[in-house]
Amino acid sequence: MKVWQCVVCGFIYNEVAGLPEEGIQPGTRWTDIPENWACPDCGVAKADFEMVEI
Amino acid sequence: MKPIVVIGSGMAGYTLIRELRKLDSDIQLTLITHDTGDYYSKPMLSNALAQGKDAANLVITRADEMTRQLGIKLYKQCDVLAIDRSNKRVETTQGVLEYEQLILALGADPIRIPLEGDAADTVLSVNDIADYTLLRQNLDKAQRITILGGGLIGCEFANDLASAGYSVSIIDPSDYPLASLMPQQAGESLQNALTSIGVTWHFETSVRSINLDSPAYTLTLANGKVLNTDVVLSAIGLRPRIALAKQAKLAVNRGIVTNAYLRSSDANIFSLGDCAEIDGKVQPFVLPIMHSARALAKTLTGTETPVNFPPMPVVVKTPAHPIAVLPVARDTAGSWHTLADEGGIKQIFLDIAGHMIGFVLTGRYATERNEMSKRIGLQWDYGVASAKGNQ
Repeated sequence: MKVWQCVVCGFIYNEVAGLPEEGIQPGTRWTDIPENWACPDCGVAKADFEMVEI
Repeated sequence: MKPIVVIGSGMAGYTLIRELRKLDSDIQLTLITHDTGDYYSKPMLSNALAQGKDAANLVITRADEMTRQLGIKLYKQCDVLAIDRSNKRVETTQGVLEYEQLILALGADPIRIPLEGDAADTVLSVNDIADYTLLRQNLDKAQRITILGGGLIGCEFANDLASAGYSVSIIDPSDYPLASLMPQQAGESLQNALTSIGVTWHFETSVRSINLDSPAYTLTLANGKVLNTDVVLSAIGLRPRIALAKQAKLAVNRGIVTNAYLRSSDANIFSLGDCAEIDGKVQPFVLPIMHSARALAKTLTGTETPVNFPPMPVVVKTPAHPIAVLPVARDTAGSWHTLADEGGIKQIFLDIAGHMIGFVLTGRYATERNEMSKRIGLQWDYGVASAKGNQ
């Protein structure tokens, strides 16, 4: 499981936690999130996320 | 063909360049920046302590890597002295550069109120990563921090600093925090949450003077109170950088005036971000920049595209009590209604026709932002008791 960070606003997506309030179940891998998903904080598309090592 | 020249390497400048590269891999792009050109996320400056980051590791991508990834020519630590519009050239401290189109992504300066006292010039403000480096150096030997301004940036810093163990005071002329963004009940819910992590408040007053009382400072407030503090951080607001545009005789008002195409009064000069006044509005937040950059990238690559702003809720990064708010202009006809107030506040603003045109979600309700955003502009028929209206 990895942690991803939005390159624009710093929003963190943790695969372990998911984003239940956005309909993304805990344990959802980044690659399985739909391409049209956007950062809930700043609205950037999935392509603009940058991976952060944990 | 001359390049597109972008002035400013903040979120606006770099986001525009990213969007341009998605549409055209060949177009020549030049970036001029006063800074180093390192890419970092400015909204993270006010949350860095909680994330265990210092100034150096807030940098997401270094300038040389940005240059390579984006295929740009970078002039760093370079200042623009003048725009020669008739010859489409900019004069800089590193020479004269020609442009096909010029983009002003200059950002904004922190507003500084004049203060009396022998230590007035020690007041810090954080507007970029260099400022943040200075703040962190000052924090190393500090315990008590006083923040001038209880708005978004002031409250975010207060949360970050208080959570890291600093003793934080906020001074604000309003009578509750975030007063320019939301009604009192919602602002007070944040106030209570920050109080519970140790923040103290001085409302309806301002700082009159700051004097050195070595090694600390003494602040005298307009209401006569005296505070002792180690660091003073000013977070009063932002003023768009318009001087360069004004000197070039472009139309300016509060910001650099543009139409919905982000075009200034010169057809070859555009502006976006915190320096721009787009269709009459200065909107110094993340989402307007993203929408502006996407529209402008299209226009610059040949498809004239006006920016069309959807409802853009503002997220306040206060983990002690998260907030999402779609603010309503002060003179808007209508009223706020409270839907829920346990563990946070959920309020909506209904216009006189009963359409929901604003909301504030705090605490446990903050996660309902997307659901709420979908209902913007719609007739509210989800059972708001009009008797529950407040304000």
